[in-house]
Amino acid sequence: MLRPTMLAAALAVAMPALSANACADADFDALRAELKQMKESYETRIQALETRLQAAEIQANQAVHTAGKAVQAADQAESQAKNASAPAAPVERTAPASLLSQFNPEISLILQGQYANLDGDIENRNITGFLTPGEFEASSGFSIAETELVLSASVDPYFRGYLNAAIDPDGGVGVEEAWFETTSLSEGFTIKAGRFLSSLGYQNTQHPHAWDFATNNLMYDAAFGGAYTQNGVQVKWVAPTDLFMEFGAEIGNGDSFPSTTSTGLGDYTVFSHFGGDVGVSNSWTAGLSYLYGKAQDRESGIADLNDVWADTYFNGNSKNWVADFVWKWAPYGNPTEQNFKIVAEYFWRDEQGSLLCADNAAEGGACNGTDSAYTSSQSGGYLQGVYQFMPHWRVGYRYDRLNDGSTHYGANAAYLPVYDYAPTAHTAMIDYSPSEFSRLRLQYTQNKSMIDISENQFFVQYIMSLGAHGAHKY
Amino acid sequence: MKSIRRIFTLLVALPTLAHAALNVFACEPEWGALTREIGGDTVKVYTATTAMQDPHRIEARPSLIAQMRRANLVICTGAELEVGWLPLLQRESGNAGIQPGRPGYFEAARYVAMLDKPARIDRSQGDVHSAGNPHIQTDPRNIARVGAALAQRLAEIDPDNAAAYQARWKAFSARWDAAIARWQAQAASLKDMPVVVQHKSFTYLLNWLGLREVATLEPKPGIEPSVGYLAEVAARLKTTPAKAVLRATYQNPRASEWLAERVDIPAIALPFTVGGAPGTDDLIGLFDVTLAELLKVAG
Repeated sequence: MLRPTMLAAALAVAMPALSANACADADFDALRAELKQMKESYETRIQALETRLQAAEIQANQAVHTAGKAVQAADQAESQAKNASAPAAPVERTAPASLLSQFNPEISLILQGQYANLDGDIENRNITGFLTPGEFEASSGFSIAETELVLSASVDPYFRGYLNAAIDPDGGVGVEEAWFETTSLSEGFTIKAGRFLSSLGYQNTQHPHAWDFATNNLMYDAAFGGAYTQNGVQVKWVAPTDLFMEFGAEIGNGDSFPSTTSTGLGDYTVFSHFGGDVGVSNSWTAGLSYLYGKAQDRESGIADLNDVWADTYFNGNSKNWVADFVWKWAPYGNPTEQNFKIVAEYFWRDEQGSLLCADNAAEGGACNGTDSAYTSSQSGGYLQGVYQFMPHWRVGYRYDRLNDGSTHYGANAAYLPVYDYAPTAHTAMIDYSPSEFSRLRLQYTQNKSMIDISENQFFVQYIMSLGAHGAHKY
Repeated sequence: MKSIRRIFTLLVALPTLAHAALNVFACEPEWGALTREIGGDTVKVYTATTAMQDPHRIEARPSLIAQMRRANLVICTGAELEVGWLPLLQRESGNAGIQPGRPGYFEAARYVAMLDKPARIDRSQGDVHSAGNPHIQTDPRNIARVGAALAQRLAEIDPDNAAAYQARWKAFSARWDAAIARWQAQAASLKDMPVVVQHKSFTYLLNWLGLREVATLEPKPGIEPSVGYLAEVAARLKTTPAKAVLRATYQNPRASEWLAERVDIPAIALPFTVGGAPGTDDLIGLFDVTLAELLKVAG
């Protein structure tokens, strides 16, 4: 049975030699002699080959299990072994190296841009009554948002690495996330370290391209200045139950609003998420998270009693609770045609410490650099629904509302106003996704986040995803 | 206090309870059914999707992460079919045993010869899978190939029951081979029958029975046809007529039915996987019903 194979192999070896040295009789004779010799030692060679193949098969099997990359070797060994020895072992056929998703590392690039129509007369965009990290930039006309470049891959059988770099339209590259996580711990544990978006709440881990609206909600803007990023370590555990239960904790430097410690371990987060299905068409998730942050000279801005912009610096601690709830519906669990999604999140924040209002007398402001006691107790949230009424088309509505609660400025009360105002916003959008990699969106927002202002905002937005097929979280 | 202690005891005891039977997470119903045939009562199979769902587009729901967490073996088609949701479940589960490359992760497509491998890989070509067409379960000979490998893998993961897996596989394999012979005899008249497919769901089925695919309703894989494109297909069918328009149960019937009416041929929904039609509760039923549907239109 092996005879033709062996001869073919011998010929294959001989061919290039023959063509290369067509006239070299000596070589040809030598080859002939070798072939003859080979024929004679035929039986012994087969036996030797069989043993070697068996060894290779065993080795290859081990290789497959220790490292997925060794699959190709196993494939070769197994198919050879199948040819050599009769019993039909299942042949593992290796898929060709893929050019799309099996890139190592997986690379994807997200292009985002928009045309915005905003009220150009508004200076110092902020959220009335809330100390937020600086002003919110917003510009009318065409603009591109940060371009996200994402790379991820298994480091080895034990770790996986991930990088999300944001290329700023004005130049420069920011590291949104850069972390590694374990893939080899068992019993439901995962450890992540580096810079990552905290797992608190629901929306926090989503990058802007995954949002259902062109703009962030007021809650995340007010509570976290967009999203809460942690430079530190996260430990997470998934319970071995039918009901999805996940518990985790993060400890880190707290370089991100509302905690801005520059030295040592500033803050920690604990989070929990639960979830399950209701019948075949409905699913849900709910969670409760807590963030404790220390702030050192945390910079914010606020309009003072003379209505002049003033810089403030907060020292103290910030305690935040976040509750989240998501409900999704898709007929028979098939979201392709139609689906509906409700998201609601709410946060409560208590801050205690001292606030310095920088001297802005030169601009006609009221502040004179007084550093006085500061306490605030505030909350807020959003409720949104997104409905895909036919393939590719979705409509959505979001309601934002913050409660300014109670704020005490101490001696600074003489220079800073306390409002009784609940910032709100109504947002409606319609988007069209020709494929799962592209999306075009039209959005209208009635923005009442600033007292005495009701602003109409219009957006036309595009989001394009190139490269690896990123799996989106629930 | 008492109830808290009880919950805690339950949480600690649960992993050991879960290990009583081998937990298998099957991405698609056909692999769930195959595992049940080979594993019998020694395995507890959780099937992540149904015949009413598009396996390309599944949400990484919390309930799936919870099941993945406890799985001893995950069996999926592979070939990038589940690329939009499975990697996320694996990562979020905190379960080391079922990560890619581990014995606890089994990809069926690795054991069959793939068809429709694209010559050019570019998203402008639609939702192409570089490894080839992933709908391998529509050819029963592929089920046999995957079954043989799965029996081995089960034995490897759960050596205590290795003999039982082999015995059950042998028994099933014999039944299956007999069934294949029966189906092939039944389907002799289907050879060279021209058909139109909505999505390239049945490439392996058509290849097995020798049917001819004369048109696909999707201009590119995963891209829905426009009315203009459908009219073009209808015009083409005037010169190269077909016997039927085939689609999978989970697919929207609009395009199939529009075309079927236009060129006056039947539009039929084939079960595509276990549970896709009445009488397809197991793999044998799946092909019995599929063949019966095809034979109806062959007339």
